[in-house]
This record gives sequence, C-alpha cells and structure tokens, in this order.
Amino acid sequence: MSAEAVEVRRGGRASWVALGALGVVVVLLAVVVPYQVSLGTLSNLVGLFVLVILGTTWNLMAGYAGMVSIGQQAFIGIGGYGVIHLSDAVGLPLLAAVGAAAVLSGLVAWATSFLVFRLAGGYFAIGTWVVAEVLKLVTGQVDALGGGSGLSLLAFRGTDRVTRVATVYWLGLALAVLVVLAAYLLMRSRTGLGLTALRDDPTAAAGLGVPVTRAKRVVYVGSSAAVGLAGALTALTTLRVTPESVFSVQFTAAMIFVVLIGGIGTIEGPILGAVVYFLLEDRLADLGAWYLVVLGLVAVVVVLVAPRGLWGLLTRVAPIEVFPLSHRVGPRGPVRDAGLPSRT
Amino acid sequence: MDWVGAVVQGILLGGQYALLACGLSLVFGVMRIVNLAHGVLAVAAAYVVLWLTVEVSLPLLLGVVVVVPLFAALGYALQRGLLNRALRQGELSPLLVSFGIGVVLTNLLQETFSADTRSIAIGDLGTAGVSVGPLTVGVFALVTCAAGVGVIAAVQLFLARTRTGRAMRATSDDPETAQLMGIDQRHLYGLATAIAVGTVALAGAFVGMSTQFSPTYGDLVLIFAFEAVIIGGLGSLWGTLWGGLVLGVAQTVGSQLDPAYGVLAGHVVFLLVLLVRPSGLMPRTVTA
Amino acid sequence: MSALLEVAGLDVHHGDLQALHGLELSVSAGETLAVIGANGAGKTTLLRAVAGSLPVSAGRVVLDGEPVEHLPAHQRVALGIALTPEGRRIFPSLDVEENLLVGAYRARRGPWDLASVYDLFPLVSDRRARSGAHLSGGEQQAVAIGRALMSNPRLLLLDEVSLGLAPVVVGEIYAALPRIVERGTTVLVVEQDLDQALGCADRVQCLLEGRTVLEGPAGSLSRDDVTAAYFGI
Repeated sequence: MSAEAVEVRRGGRASWVALGALGVVVVLLAVVVPYQVSLGTLSNLVGLFVLVILGTTWNLMAGYAGMVSIGQQAFIGIGGYGVIHLSDAVGLPLLAAVGAAAVLSGLVAWATSFLVFRLAGGYFAIGTWVVAEVLKLVTGQVDALGGGSGLSLLAFRGTDRVTRVATVYWLGLALAVLVVLAAYLLMRSRTGLGLTALRDDPTAAAGLGVPVTRAKRVVYVGSSAAVGLAGALTALTTLRVTPESVFSVQFTAAMIFVVLIGGIGTIEGPILGAVVYFLLEDRLADLGAWYLVVLGLVAVVVVLVAPRGLWGLLTRVAPIEVFPLSHRVGPRGPVRDAGLPSRT
Repeated sequence: MDWVGAVVQGILLGGQYALLACGLSLVFGVMRIVNLAHGVLAVAAAYVVLWLTVEVSLPLLLGVVVVVPLFAALGYALQRGLLNRALRQGELSPLLVSFGIGVVLTNLLQETFSADTRSIAIGDLGTAGVSVGPLTVGVFALVTCAAGVGVIAAVQLFLARTRTGRAMRATSDDPETAQLMGIDQRHLYGLATAIAVGTVALAGAFVGMSTQFSPTYGDLVLIFAFEAVIIGGLGSLWGTLWGGLVLGVAQTVGSQLDPAYGVLAGHVVFLLVLLVRPSGLMPRTVTA
Repeated sequence: MSALLEVAGLDVHHGDLQALHGLELSVSAGETLAVIGANGAGKTTLLRAVAGSLPVSAGRVVLDGEPVEHLPAHQRVALGIALTPEGRRIFPSLDVEENLLVGAYRARRGPWDLASVYDLFPLVSDRRARSGAHLSGGEQQAVAIGRALMSNPRLLLLDEVSLGLAPVVVGEIYAALPRIVERGTTVLVVEQDLDQALGCADRVQCLLEGRTVLEGPAGSLSRDDVTAAYFGI
C-alpha cells in the first residue's frame, strides 16, 4: 500500500447519525418540551442544563488537563452574586449581566491560577477549595452583597412567572449547547490536541513542545467562566443567593459525580452523566443522606472497576463518537477495498 | 484576651493542627497521594469516641485508647483494599476514590448521628487552667499541643531510626528499586496509611473534646490540615509542626481583630505563603 | 553441579516489542556467568525478568528447583535473588549506611553484614555517613553492590557494572568479585565491556536481539568468535 492510499478520518457515518439525533433532542427541548410540561418541570430542567455545563467543564479540567479542582463552587458563587449585583445594583440588562458574570469568573480564575498552579495533584484540589472558602468568607463580610444573608434578585419584578421561567429555560438550554460546542472545539484545537497528547504520554508531549502550563491555564479559565454561567443560571432559578448556598462544595461534588458516572475523558460522558444524575436526584431525593452514600459508593466502584463510566460501557457495545476527537487511519477510497491493500 | 494571650492560644491550637496534618504529610511524602477523606476520618473518630463514652460508658481515656488502633486498622484496610488498587491506575484515581470514601463516610455519619452539632464532654478538664506569669493557659489546650508535638516527634523518629521507617523513605525515593530490596510496597503503603489514620483519629478525638462538631466538620479539618502542611513546606514533619503553629497563631490573632476573621486570617496566610515561595511547592521526599 | 538458576523458554515484551525470544539460560551454584551483547540485545531485560521487576509473557524462571516467575520482586529477594540495577539507583535521601541497611530489609542468614561489606569496599566505609545523593559513579556502584549483598543472596545479578565509570574504578570493583564468589554467592553479570566479562567469568553467553548466539567457557572462546557473535556478523 503506498503512502497516498492512506487517509486519516475523524468520525464516520455513525457519528453523523448520533450527532443528528442529539440535534433533534435539542430542537425538541427548544420548541416542543416547553409547551408540553408544567412550569415546575420546566424550571427543574434548568437544573439539568446547569449539570451539563458543570460536568462538561469539570471533565475538561480533570479528564483532559489532569486538574482535579474541588473549588469550582467559587465560580458558582461569583456567577450567582455577579448576575444579581450587576443587574440589580449596576443596572445591566439581564443577558449582559449573565455574560459579565461569566467574564468576572474567568478573570478571578485567571488571577488565582497563579497561586493554585503552584500546587500539584491532590494539593491543587484542596488549594482551589481554600480559594473558594476565602471568597465565601469575604462575601459574607461585604455589606453591599448583603453580608451573611445574601442577595435576592429584583430584576424579574413585574415579569410574570411564565415569561420568567421560559426565559431562564431557553437561556439555560442555549448556554448548555454553547458550552458543550465550545468544549468540543477547544479539544479539537491545537491546545486541546496538546492536552490530549499530554494526558496520553506526558514525556512525549513535553518533548514535542506542548506548552503545558499555558494550555492548562486556558482550560482552567475557560471552564471557570462557564461555571460562572451555571452560577448565574442557578441564581436566576432560585432568585436568591447566600454565601453558604452558592459557595457550597456540594456543587463540585455534583460535578465529580456527573463526570465519573458518565465517563471521564470524553465529551459525551458528562452529558450522559448529567442526565443520569438529574433523574436519580429527582427520584431518590427522599432517601436523604443514604442517596449520597450510594452515590459515593458508585463513584468508588466506577473509578476502580469501570474508569470510563457509563459512556465507556456503552461504546464498548457500540463504538460511536457523537463528538469525534479520535482519528482513524484507513485506506483511501471506498471502504470495500479495505481488506485488499493494493501492492505497488 | 490580649495579643500575647492570642499568640499563646494560637501556638497551643497549632499543636492540634499539626496533629491533624501529620498523617496527610506522611502519606503524601511516602506515596504522593492526598487522602480527601482525611478530615472526615478525624470527625468519624470523634463520633466513635462520643459513642463509646456515652453509650458504652467507657472512660474517656479508654475510648481514645480504643479508637486509635481501630482507626489505624481501618486505614490499613482502606489502603490495601481500595487505594493501592487506585494507585495502579495513575495519579487521579486515588484522589477520586478518597473523595468517594469521604462522601460515603460523611453521609453515614449524618444518617447515624444526625446533622446536629455535638461535642465530647471532658468535665473539669475543659475549664482547668494554669497560670504562667500574667497569663492563664488551659490545661486541655496544653495537653492537646503536647500530644501534637509528641506524635510528630514519634513519627519522625520512626522514619529516621527504624527498619520500616527507612523502607518508607526508600520507597518514597524510588518505589521500584525499593521492591528489589525485598520491600512489599502494598504492605508498606498500608502501614503509612495506618499511621496517618491512627494519628488523625487521635487528632479527631481532641477536636471533638475542644469544639462543637457535625458530620460535615471534616471539610474544615481537611482544609486546616492541608494548610498546615503547605505553610510548613512539603517534605518534613517538623515543617508540618511549624506550619500548624503558624496557622494556629494566624487564626487566633485574626479572631482578636474581629471574631469573624479567624479562619479567614489562616487562609490568607496560607495564600501568602503560596505566593512568596519562589520555587512553588513541588513534592519532595520525606526526610529523616 | 546442580543449576541454581534455570531460565527456560523466556519471552518478555516491552509493549508491542518482544525483547526476549524463548531464552534459555542456566547458572550452576558457585559459577560466575557473564551475559554479553550490544545495546538492545536484551541483557538488562533478562536480569529484570529474573529479579521480578518485569513481567514475563511466557517461560520459566526456576531458582534451585523452585519456579519463581509468578512471584513479585520482593518475594524473590527473600528466596535469594538480588539485583544491582542499571544506573545503580542509590536512594538519594538516605545516607550510605541507610542504603546498605535497606538492602538488609529482608535479609537471609549469611556472611554479609555492615562490617563485611565495609571490609569488602573500604571506599564505602569511608563514605558511610554521606548522603546517597552526593556520591561519585564508582562510589554509587560499590554501594549498590554492597546493598545487594546485604540481603545475603544466593544469586547476585549485576547489571552493567562498568557503564560510565573510569577504568581504574571498574578494575577496583571487579577486583572484589572473587571475594564475593568465594563466600558462596553465585554471580550473573551483564557487561558490555568484553575484557571485563571474559576476565571475571567462568562462562560467557552472548545475546543478540533477544536470542542466544554463542555460549561457552570463558577460556575456550576466542576474542574473534565473541566479537563476531556480539555484532551478529
């Protein structure tokens, strides 16, 4: 087989079908679901979109860039407080306030990265947590942010409940789709390919000149800005933020569960994980703490026994990639020639 | 309380933080992993002591004497059963497994003991004080601090002088070559975690006697222990003791400024240390 | 003489690459065998597989009649196999004496202890309090051999003793070899330096690309034979 007869492909027909199916789901969520379900359910679904954003971004950090953060609640807090303060006190329009809250989250992530990046592995994890704790304690001391009792969103005053819930729902869906697409494009970019190389073989990647710290910082800042979006969405749904509620480590715990259950290191895994987590939380909420005992056990078992999560188990049965990141090398031309390489 | 008093209180509190941090420091030094369940294990030990003294009516001292080997055995089992297996899969797995263990333990405590805050009664010991010049120092705080210093010194001596301690340092340097010396890494890691969990159980008992705790208090314990390790600089238990003292003093002096600033002041000192350490804080080995 | 070490049909892989192909090797008790060969011939792989730090894909490793290929490295030490690894691998945060003591972690009964190792290598004795991180190459090699002896091995595996060392130092270390053998230790040495190998060994086995291409008593082989086998001419 000559060199010219080889072709490198990404994805394939199955990928297009799967992507098409996901597209149909998004369209259904956008134009059909809102008119079929109760207002309460619609409001709950925003929680699903938040989980998709959280899972996708935490996976970018842990699954691709090898950074386990337990402090992402810092950016839930900044996003939540940010959107309320910027729309109510500063007077920005709601959409602009959401965007600005995300930018603010990204900026704080950029600044604090110079501190926490000095820590490796598990110490990085707790270092990010300390940063989040500091933000929580400081927020509780600032009178303009309501101190320990927090802030309530006033921007929706005068808006009827249907309009409010529908607006937040569509915004949440749009943001979740945007974040997933952005994550996919980032992983297809030079930075993303460098990170994948780094994850698969650190020595070789360093030898090839992958700018490690820069790539990690891009992922950390981008992910944290997106978590800021999720924080803003959360505040727009609950209409109220307090230091204890939005700077809670439970948000990061949810991210970890979503990613581990769905499958770390793939774009698809966290989306699946978000759906599963959302359904479980809905059904098992009555179990109280036992529910978290079970989730914790599941996380341990998944890491030890099935580190690729549900998506990994699924693709073992049917190898599909909705968001193709891997390349396949095969002979150029029609597939039926594959078994008969020509001798030249 | 005046400033000198605050510093003295801080030093005594720091001994408790050093005791909390000792195991975290040791485990990281020997096998480069961070056990995210470290804090919850301390709180769990406090609950077990509480249960033994209240429900089983054991004397307090006996309760503590029972809980330390019990938790050391638990640590050994955790390492041999779960964490060693996770270690084979790379750096992230032990972290995630210990996270899962932490969530399980926290919520089991919540189901068993409820989310209410509790504390272990110590009777007159809690209010007894001795006069040192113009200051009055709590006897219990002195005992806690002495326990912290004593445990750190004992573990340090163990690492420096014993056959198993040497093997731990050798494994920390080069695990593969250590195996060629006949050292069973899995057993040795089990022992390191046994020491870590045993000492943090003792620390947890002291925490339970000195403050109100609830199942989620482990989060704060983990953070304080971690800050003590980092402030002291990775790689030496004496450093961890020093880090605990600095953290304790920062917190009590911060509280002296404004009661709301205590914990925050500790965090700020930690962040400052992170900022000014020129070479960052890459892992070094445990040294004798 | 019975075989102390018997290696039969040994296959070892590094990922997709096969490093040893059905290798056969036998060392009698009290004998010194030198395994020679160019870079990549599989010499170090062979020693690591015998010591247990590399998994074998197929074949047997038998020590004095007992199969050990399924045992982890630390258990093979207890049975009497000790390896001084390529690159010496002295523990840098331990001092020299502590390095030796770690070697005795699972020591068998035998002639070797701190005193006899210091007697064998006076150089090591002089450096006993020095940090493992601050040793010259020759000092490292002597400490590494001493450390392996501390376990009182029946079979001592020496990997690339001369690599990167000045000839004078290499001479000093090889001068100690007869004293090790005379105390009852069987030695399997891997060496690129032909003169040292032919000088110290009773028997020589030459590997090329994971297979044996020549073997025989050190005295009976001509240098030309060995050179030809070495380079696969």
